[in-house]
Amino acid sequence: MAESKKIATRESFGQALCELAKEHDDIVVLDADLAAATKTDIFKKAYPDRFFDCGIAEGNMIGVAAGLAAAGKVPFAASFAMFATGRAYEQIRNSVGYPHLNVKIAGSHAGISVGEDGATHQCCEDLALMRTIPGMVILNPADHYEMIEATKAAYAYKGPVYIRLGRLAIDTFNDPDNYSFEIGKGITLEDGNDVTVIATGLVVYEALKAVRALKARGKSVRLINMHTIKPIDKDIIIKAAKETGKIITVEEHNIVGGLGEAVAAVTAENCPVPVYRIGVEDTYGHSGPAVGLLAEFGLDAAGLEKKIDELMNK
Amino acid sequence: MDKSELLELKKTACNVRLWTVEGVFNAKSGHPGGSLSAADIMTYLYFKAMNVDPADPKNPDRDRFVLSKGHCCPSLYAALALRGFFPTEEIKSLRHIGAMLQGHPDMKGTPGIDMSSGSLGQGISAACGMALAGKLSGKDYRVYAMLGDGECEEGQVWESAMFASHNKLDNLTVFVDFNGLQIDGTVADVAGLSDLDKKFEAFGFEVLTIDGHDFEQIEDAVNKAKTVKGKPTVIIAKTIKGKGVSYMEDQVGWHGKAPNAEQYEIAMNELREQLKALEA
Repeated sequence: MAESKKIATRESFGQALCELAKEHDDIVVLDADLAAATKTDIFKKAYPDRFFDCGIAEGNMIGVAAGLAAAGKVPFAASFAMFATGRAYEQIRNSVGYPHLNVKIAGSHAGISVGEDGATHQCCEDLALMRTIPGMVILNPADHYEMIEATKAAYAYKGPVYIRLGRLAIDTFNDPDNYSFEIGKGITLEDGNDVTVIATGLVVYEALKAVRALKARGKSVRLINMHTIKPIDKDIIIKAAKETGKIITVEEHNIVGGLGEAVAAVTAENCPVPVYRIGVEDTYGHSGPAVGLLAEFGLDAAGLEKKIDELMNK
Repeated sequence: MDKSELLELKKTACNVRLWTVEGVFNAKSGHPGGSLSAADIMTYLYFKAMNVDPADPKNPDRDRFVLSKGHCCPSLYAALALRGFFPTEEIKSLRHIGAMLQGHPDMKGTPGIDMSSGSLGQGISAACGMALAGKLSGKDYRVYAMLGDGECEEGQVWESAMFASHNKLDNLTVFVDFNGLQIDGTVADVAGLSDLDKKFEAFGFEVLTIDGHDFEQIEDAVNKAKTVKGKPTVIIAKTIKGKGVSYMEDQVGWHGKAPNAEQYEIAMNELREQLKALEA
């Protein structure tokens, strides 16, 4: 495991945009007065002529992105996940999804790890909202390298993509020399036979630490990093269901409508096994330091170790 | 504009109205009132103003049109069909199961449709994006959009208006089909839209007000907009909802309903008479 300094995936996203823009002059970046927070300001500094601040007007921003895409550009439109997918949901549905335009939407500050800003800004519904849009690809990268590769994959894919970005600086656990990203293909991080943990996004590394601790205690736990929520990797889920007989999902998102329900739909139709969802239990977040909130909601390594252990014995 | 050209445009507009009524009647639903109020502007755009080629509808250098008030697509479909983008026969299956022509414009399935629209307030933003893309690519195409007057109640219209003027989108010309009526009554009674010209002026637009049924005024405004630099232009076109069909004119009730067989015959006969008078 290649440990390195902590970096937030929003920062990685901003860097990836700049890398991409070096080679592709059709990339245009839009933001809604949050460039300093979503980190599109990294792109803005490097490519000011291709950056447009739309002001605090997310609905128009998504529509402008649709028009840019209809005229051959590849727009990346960024805001907080709450406003990008919540405020502008219907613009995404009708102006981007229905015409299947090549628009990339980046939702930063997703989940409770927004921290002190509290519930109004802690979006735990973005994955659910985006899952309802036909043809939408949903990416939820877990660390720096995965975000870099996911952003490149989003550009290469022709069609609408939603990318979830986190605010909190987190550890980088993927090894860049031994890593490849493919949309719709989950990654097995740990092998095991008694249960499969499927995690996504910012909490994958917490799940990895939890699973390793359980393995050190002699438990046989498989861990899958599901970086793509849609299209979900059915094969890896069915295989896990058949081979381990039980699945536990981990997400920094409402357990309603997110990864857990996407996984449960696959198992229910193909290989029914118990699926337990760990996440935000249909409630709102609140203010506090991000790391403390993750612990309070049971989404840090210690909380996950305890909960997974409990569910394994259920 | 010489007299023969004016006469041709009037005849074409009459045919656009005939096919509009044909479409809505066969669909047994749809929005005839606003389609008919916008018919002259759409005719002018597709038969005079816009650089488009029915044989190459996706040409990247073409002018674009976004019908932000997407429900008025029957007359847009009629204009596109008469211009040669697809056969007029398609209009008879408007809104039918499996038909190419959807109840609101679908850019994926219909040649000549530059943007899917229908949810009010959204098309104008897409038009801004297209205009911005033209600027970024150094292309000299123009983008036309059409708003309804009632549609101007949507907040997104004003978000996009700020964006258009802030980014100096002088390649964007926006029509407002100001027919004064919306579903629940007159625009004045429902939500009030007083001084729409001053509102757009305050948002940084060049504002032109015309009679939206007078081709010479439409042409003058379209040409004037091309000379305006550094800001977008809005053309507020005063129109009559249901224009061309006597019993639909200026009637709230004809916003979103199809004529029955008897009403259809009356409408078609009136329009054929108008055409005959122009041809005489």
